[in-house]
Amino acid sequence: MVRHDIESQRERARLNRMEIIDAKLSRREMMKYGLLTAGGALVAKSGLSIRAASAGGAVTSPATTPFIEPMRVLTPHSGSRLQDDLDHCTATVSDDPKEAARAAHQLWKGNEPQVVYNFTQKPRLYRPHPKLAEQNIWTFRDFNKDTESPLTMIHARYGEPSMVYSHNELPANHKGYGNPMVTTHLHNAHNASESDGNPTDYFGPGSYKTFHYPNMYAGGDEREALGFLWFHDHCMDYTSQNVYRGLVGTYLLFDRYDSGNEEDTDSKAIRLPSGKYDVPLVIENKVYDKNGVAYFDLFNLDGIIGDKFLVNGNVQPYFEVDRRRYRFRLLNTGPSRFYQFKFSNGMKFWQVSNDGNLLPFPIERDSVSMSVAERMDIVVDFSGVTDNIVYLVNVLEHKDGTGPTGKILSTGVGDKILQFRLGAKVTDNSRVLTKTTELRRLPDINMSEVKKERNWTFNRRNGAWVVNGELFNRNVVNARCQKNTAEIWNITNASGGWSHPIHMHYEEFQILSRNGVPIKDGDPEKSRKDVIWLHPNETVKIFVRFRDFTGKYPLHCHNVVHEDHAMMARYDVVDDASS
Amino acid sequence: MDMRRRQFLVSSAVIVGGVLLGTTMADLIAPAEGESFDGSPDGRFPNIVLHGHDGGAYRFYDDLIRDKIVLINMFFTGCGDICPLSTQHLVQAQEMLGDRVGRDIFMYSITLNPELDTEPVIRDYAETYGVGPGWLFLRASRDDTELLRRALGFVDPDPALDADLETHIGVVKFGNDAIGRWGACPSFADAEEIVAGVRTLDPIKRT
Repeated sequence: MVRHDIESQRERARLNRMEIIDAKLSRREMMKYGLLTAGGALVAKSGLSIRAASAGGAVTSPATTPFIEPMRVLTPHSGSRLQDDLDHCTATVSDDPKEAARAAHQLWKGNEPQVVYNFTQKPRLYRPHPKLAEQNIWTFRDFNKDTESPLTMIHARYGEPSMVYSHNELPANHKGYGNPMVTTHLHNAHNASESDGNPTDYFGPGSYKTFHYPNMYAGGDEREALGFLWFHDHCMDYTSQNVYRGLVGTYLLFDRYDSGNEEDTDSKAIRLPSGKYDVPLVIENKVYDKNGVAYFDLFNLDGIIGDKFLVNGNVQPYFEVDRRRYRFRLLNTGPSRFYQFKFSNGMKFWQVSNDGNLLPFPIERDSVSMSVAERMDIVVDFSGVTDNIVYLVNVLEHKDGTGPTGKILSTGVGDKILQFRLGAKVTDNSRVLTKTTELRRLPDINMSEVKKERNWTFNRRNGAWVVNGELFNRNVVNARCQKNTAEIWNITNASGGWSHPIHMHYEEFQILSRNGVPIKDGDPEKSRKDVIWLHPNETVKIFVRFRDFTGKYPLHCHNVVHEDHAMMARYDVVDDASS
Repeated sequence: MDMRRRQFLVSSAVIVGGVLLGTTMADLIAPAEGESFDGSPDGRFPNIVLHGHDGGAYRFYDDLIRDKIVLINMFFTGCGDICPLSTQHLVQAQEMLGDRVGRDIFMYSITLNPELDTEPVIRDYAETYGVGPGWLFLRASRDDTELLRRALGFVDPDPALDADLETHIGVVKFGNDAIGRWGACPSFADAEEIVAGVRTLDPIKRT
């Protein structure tokens, strides 16, 4: 670089700074005046001498022999129905100094809890594989290490409101990744803001908070029934770390139709496989250090892609199954990996839900793809399988936090996640599914309810995530949506080559189109969703209603590493007109 | 520490070796060990030498990170895009954090353009923005800067964007070395968000 260039650059930079400082411009103003766009000949383009870009990723897990331990099953947490416990529940915060502050529970009257659960979040020792260390993981409750999954489960029913006392007994002096501040989010639940587990509503060790789960249909419409939800910690800036530590659970929600009883005599019951044949498969992706302890790269801004796959808390377990139908509830907890699942024998199965919400009709498939936080219920029939061993295999290549490469591996090369060991043929009274089995009709899309159309554009600016050009500020409301109206949202990925699982809290939605192409009947996305797999340069149009509660909710990327770097916006449901 | 990282550090140490009088080669090769926590990075911080706008020389881990609450971002004075805004917001954050900055909280802005950003230039930059005590503007050799940039994760996975100074990573890492807790947010985020992040680093006192 010649000397006068350097001088003029310096001078220009100095003048720039002085101008900006003199004018005391705000971020918004700078955007407006274009001062925040890249460009202006302020800097030489030569940049730094760069080695091949591959930050982090230096850690490889120790070898773990696959399929030597049985898969732990999630067992439903038995709540209390004792009158004393129910009487103790209050809409307002009690005078107990240990109870964390919150707004009074909305719609309390008529939705008073009928079941009470206690979560005690604290470290518990667990060995996720014989070749790995016994290590502290964080869980919501105690569990039998020999048989039970460390992940908690609740079986809930529509019309049966519940209350969760979420106790934070994590160590205040905790060292290492994770933050012992917590806020439990029940993902996809139709819950009031104060019970949503908003990222900014975290509370500290030694205190507790109550979460009211009314288990009510959105807008009283039973077509809005949710089926497979999950809860996880959502602490602002630390969600990925705290989820990685283990604060994960599932929440199964039943009603008259999806009753959780395959022998239900109610003619309206769908009779999907139930009891021990209704099995959540919670898939976590991790990497372990040389000591066999779960390792989290605190200096990776893009996403954590691990080399170990856990099902229900254990690395590559086996599962002994009967030769009959099963309902598997697949959940991808991330933190950052996307999947495409197949069975090693290529067998077909029925997809019956998307994001845990029943489809109108089963869809026959031989693979399902899942971005982070998505849930899929599938019904698999082992009765006609001749092999004695079948694997659940991931065939989607995914190397870094930008998203999957798109390359589909052959099942022989893909990652074997779970081994099924097939046993005897047994009685099966669950319904035989066909393409015309009615599951749950979709709510009508009525455009006359739409009061506003909004654009949400996710972008990347200097390694930071912006939504509609704005950085996240918890006190700035990016959208006010009027209660009892509907809106059209256009969600756009303008971040270059990145894929993002975009999640909105509170209300599920229906996807109308992707890049202008309408979603047709029979498409698995013709469904009720709460996560969108947003491909590079894609715009997804959704229809969403706002009902029953008011308050703040986030819209964010569920690659939780992106989320922890503020890839988030805030919308509020309000009584007043939308803005 | 795994071999890959150790070799990487050894090769870089050759470049900085002998910069600081009284520093042995072993000091420079050794990454900062710090206290090891379950599953947390091991030897994450290269102990490279940086020079501050105050004229001081500092080893990255031993003098700047160890047992401190810190904010770290990377910048260069010629940046007309996000650095002016980041620095402004960090100045506001410094004001909001009050006298803790310089006592138990320390702020570091490390230049990505050390040839251009000489000591007088970064001193002038700090003065222009009204930076208070407890916040150092720092420069290291180009190779050490690159080593540090990678160690801190200020890397874009797109090689073209990564090679372009104008699209450098505008993120501030905040961390508390004593408890191994680290988070990050955009460096040009509103100061209240940056401060909210820093406040998550205090060990929690039971009331």
